[in-house]
Amino acid sequence: MLWGILCVAAANLISLAQPQVLRYAVDDLYTGVTAEKLGRYAMMLFGIAIAAGLFKYAMRQFIIAISRRLEYELRNELFEHLQTLDAPWFQSHRTGETMSIATNDLSAVRMMLGPGVMYTVNTIIVSAVSIGFMVSISPRLTFYSLLPLPLVSLSVWWFGDRIHKRFEGVQARFARLSAHVQENLAGMRVVRAFTSERRQAERFGEHNRDYLQQNLDLIRASGVFQPSLAFFSGLGALLVVWVGGREAVKGHITIGQFVAFTVYLGMLNWPMVALGWVINIFQRGLASYGRIHAILMTAPSIASPEPAATPRTPGAPEAPVAAEAAITFRNLTFTYPGANEPALHDVSFTVPAGKTVALVGRTGSGKSTVLSLLPRVFDPPPGTVFLDGIDVREWDLGALRARIAPAPQETFLFSATVAENIAYGAYDAAPEAVQAASRLANLDGDVQGFPAGYETRVGERGITLSGGQRQRAAIARAVLREAPVLLLDDCLSAVDTQTEEAILQGLRGEMRRRTCLLVSHRVSAVREADEILVFDRGRIAERGRHDELLALDGRYAALHRAQQLEEEIEAS
Amino acid sequence: MTEHEEDTARAYDHQLVRRLAAYLAPYKWQVALAVFVTLLQAAVQLMFPWLTKEAIDLGIRHKDLYALDRIALLYLASLLAAFGLGYAQSQIMQGVAQRVMRDLRTTLFRKLQELPASYYDKTPVGRLMTRVTNDVDVLNEMFTSGVDALFGDIFMLIGIIVAMANLNVELLAVTFSVLPLIFLVTMTFRIRVRKVFRDVRSKLARLNAFLNENLTGMTTVQLLGRERRNAGEFDAINAEHRDANLLANTYHAVFFPLLEVVSAIALSLIVWYGGRQVMWTGITLGTLVAFIQYTQRFFRPISDLSEKYGILQQAMASSERIFELLDTPVDPAAVRFDQPAPSPPARDGGAERGLRIEFDHVWFAYLGEHWVLKDVSFTLERGEKLALVGATGSGKSTIASLLLRFYTPQKGEIRVDGRPLADWNAEDLRQRIGLVLQDVFLFSGPVEANLRMDDPRLSREQVVAAAHEVHADEFISRIPGGYDGELRERGASLSAGEKQLLSFARTLARDPDLLILDEATSSVDTHTEQLIQAGLHRLMRDRSSLVIAHRLSTIQDVDRIVVLHHGEVREMGTHAELMALEGLYSRLWQLQYLGGRQGARHTAPVVTPTDL
Repeated sequence: MLWGILCVAAANLISLAQPQVLRYAVDDLYTGVTAEKLGRYAMMLFGIAIAAGLFKYAMRQFIIAISRRLEYELRNELFEHLQTLDAPWFQSHRTGETMSIATNDLSAVRMMLGPGVMYTVNTIIVSAVSIGFMVSISPRLTFYSLLPLPLVSLSVWWFGDRIHKRFEGVQARFARLSAHVQENLAGMRVVRAFTSERRQAERFGEHNRDYLQQNLDLIRASGVFQPSLAFFSGLGALLVVWVGGREAVKGHITIGQFVAFTVYLGMLNWPMVALGWVINIFQRGLASYGRIHAILMTAPSIASPEPAATPRTPGAPEAPVAAEAAITFRNLTFTYPGANEPALHDVSFTVPAGKTVALVGRTGSGKSTVLSLLPRVFDPPPGTVFLDGIDVREWDLGALRARIAPAPQETFLFSATVAENIAYGAYDAAPEAVQAASRLANLDGDVQGFPAGYETRVGERGITLSGGQRQRAAIARAVLREAPVLLLDDCLSAVDTQTEEAILQGLRGEMRRRTCLLVSHRVSAVREADEILVFDRGRIAERGRHDELLALDGRYAALHRAQQLEEEIEAS
Repeated sequence: MTEHEEDTARAYDHQLVRRLAAYLAPYKWQVALAVFVTLLQAAVQLMFPWLTKEAIDLGIRHKDLYALDRIALLYLASLLAAFGLGYAQSQIMQGVAQRVMRDLRTTLFRKLQELPASYYDKTPVGRLMTRVTNDVDVLNEMFTSGVDALFGDIFMLIGIIVAMANLNVELLAVTFSVLPLIFLVTMTFRIRVRKVFRDVRSKLARLNAFLNENLTGMTTVQLLGRERRNAGEFDAINAEHRDANLLANTYHAVFFPLLEVVSAIALSLIVWYGGRQVMWTGITLGTLVAFIQYTQRFFRPISDLSEKYGILQQAMASSERIFELLDTPVDPAAVRFDQPAPSPPARDGGAERGLRIEFDHVWFAYLGEHWVLKDVSFTLERGEKLALVGATGSGKSTIASLLLRFYTPQKGEIRVDGRPLADWNAEDLRQRIGLVLQDVFLFSGPVEANLRMDDPRLSREQVVAAAHEVHADEFISRIPGGYDGELRERGASLSAGEKQLLSFARTLARDPDLLILDEATSSVDTHTEQLIQAGLHRLMRDRSSLVIAHRLSTIQDVDRIVVLHHGEVREMGTHAELMALEGLYSRLWQLQYLGGRQGARHTAPVVTPTDL
């Protein structure tokens, strides 16, 4: 950075010699000069440009490059920190806002560190030196010609701020316009069924008019800006021509000095513009840095315990040991952050290592909540959820999650290849292992039909996976992750009965090797579980093995009969 | 973003420009005025070096203070003129540009209302959004920072050359000997810079896409322990982005000083050659100074020109995409914006209420030969209540879509009141039909606006009365602001049952001749179920009703039932007749009521397999 500042200084000092050469050339021309001397002046002008150019090159390479490197590091730091934040944080912060901080605010900070610093130094040096030279030619003329210059900085600063505000207004209107189009497109069928097209077009027309109006407001401000800059700096030039001309006529200064003066004044123009601009850059940059800093300072509420406080932390086993993991839920009552009613009431059950417990119940009865508490997507109260007899809150977070392979109901696929998506939680898995997991999840046949097989990228060029395929990808993903605990959260709801049966066949082997929590709404999927829990409004309503629950003739038995009949109808 | 990356298109396409020019036609006088003002402005800009020359030659060298004062006054006048003209130019040109953009957006939005439903099945909403918003804005950029400035620049360059030639042709020739050098430097670097900027943009797009995806799927990332790995991947993209920027910076670091060196060569030439002329052939010192100033003014527009070329390229690519959308064939059943809205159906009341619907051997497939409806025939008489039942995927909802003319059947005919569907004005037809769907789509805005669906013919009293009749007013009064309370996007703050009650109310307010209930009560919890049943009862009175149901409790009091299975009509008749048949319907009935046996509560909700 220091080198950069030195380069700025050197480049400017050298450039400022140019008007001096011009001054002597013009004066000599006035009084008489030889051809060789003129040639020498020409060579000096050329030499000055080369030398100044070299330093200007170095200046950009130092300062701007440093700002790019800082931007890179800050962005990495921000990303790494975002990865440590927890689900409640992401629920209370909209993705769009976080994105805006990671992009717009970051680039505002970069502008401050790069061009902001460069032009500040530039302005200070150019002003100091050229004003110095100008004073040495004529203090009086300097005083007059500099009179309008602060107006240049002032108008940049003043207009810059206003233009920025109006620009934000334009952006806000634009967002509203977009939201209207988005809603219209999403609700297209309702719009048409209710013959609302004309009214929708009218509403769009209103937003469109607003947006136009705001744009015209912006133009009114920005339209004054450029011409007034030119006017104020032209005013300085006018004063030089007028006052300086008089001085020259009176013989107080030479014509050469007069010409040099006009050139110096021209050189001051840009730094004055930059000054106003730099002030805005710093204002925005500091505000942006504040927002970035706030995220960086947010400590995740769900994190590994402090090492000192947890004598029982079982180290940090990087690779999970084979099937030895028992799960216990003990008197668990859980309320989501911000909710009034508990989602789970007094839930207690145990899954011995290597066993399978199934959860059935209506939508919203709390089954998925149970599954999300084990890997601490949300935090259970202390002393309620245990893995291997140790409270999940006392586990090292990474080690805890490394022992769990989840297959959620809603599968999130990344824009990577199918193979990479399956191996998302086990990225060094061999291609054969990936394919084996995929075969087990009954996905292999589908993938073979894709244009590039396992190397087909998801989400590109219209390759999208159906709901069923996504769920099977999630199963393959979970199976491939060699973790002792398997969480299957209703991950077969979008596949048909036959496929489901085929997948279950394959999965049963896996389930015997691991401790498994299985959520499903199909009796056929849960009937072989070691224990079945029927959930109702956050409580366990019935529990037992398949035949025990049938004998109970309650909710589970009713569900069983209904599904049998459904199959019959489907077959007819 | 990625779409824009592929802009390698030409910067000028005759046909596209002609179509774009058509949008300028209504503003042709403003455009002409703007061009005129731009010309004047360039002329004024050329005054300043000339005035400096006059000040030196007439004022200083002749020691004429009076001439100096006159020149200063002229200088001030030129400054003021430049200010005024500059302001006027930007206001006129940008004002026109903004209005053209508004017109284009209006055209596009109307077009979106006219595209067939099948188009929306194939095209992601995001892509259509880009057309109406971003692509139009790229054109905006062309208008505001590209084209008009381009005119100005070219005028200015020509003006400078003319002015310099006027002063001294020989000196002009010497000065311009550096021109090829300028073009060489500019072109070499601009081509590279454009490439590297495209690279920077695509790296940034990747960076942001990666970030966005990770923020959205953060739970998955964390559960699968990918943080370290993803930080590594992010770092790699981030480093690529940094390096692309560093390369761009290097180009800039070379380009700008090099341009200054070239301009210094021009300056040296003027001093050297021009100086000799001053000594021996008597051109004035003022001319020399004016030359130096003109040369400096000459360089900036030249380096801008190639940048504007890039903007033009992007604008052409965007307008090509916009016109492609505008050229998409419209739905024959689309609203006709060029015609007035059809008058609302007459309400004479009495026994004649309702529409008569006939399905006559209808076959329909969304795609190719995958028949969703196979030879479906049935009739719904005026004032009758008909139920369509069947398992998921039996084609029930498709029947509603066909009736509303979202799609057209491949074979067979649908008749409404004896007239073939295709002969009806779609807007007129849809005004007579009320549709209630399982997933209620609400718009952000006040409750009342949602109930009226912005229909100016409906009064507040009418919608409030409708809400009261379907028992929706009780919970509406609990919304902060009541009927004026704002609903969030898609009614996010309401429960499924509450949303359904709102949709009953907005349908009842329109008093349709035919009511279509498409799985209207499937996603409703027990508590609201009874409220809704009461509302439904009110809704179905005095009109033809088509009830599409999975849950059989909703169809207890319909007149007739049509049982669909795999796209075919399997059974038809009254509840009693179908139960006696002991076919598909009676088994569906058993299935639905099996759940009711648990416990002794007869009012217990029907438990279907999908509920559990």
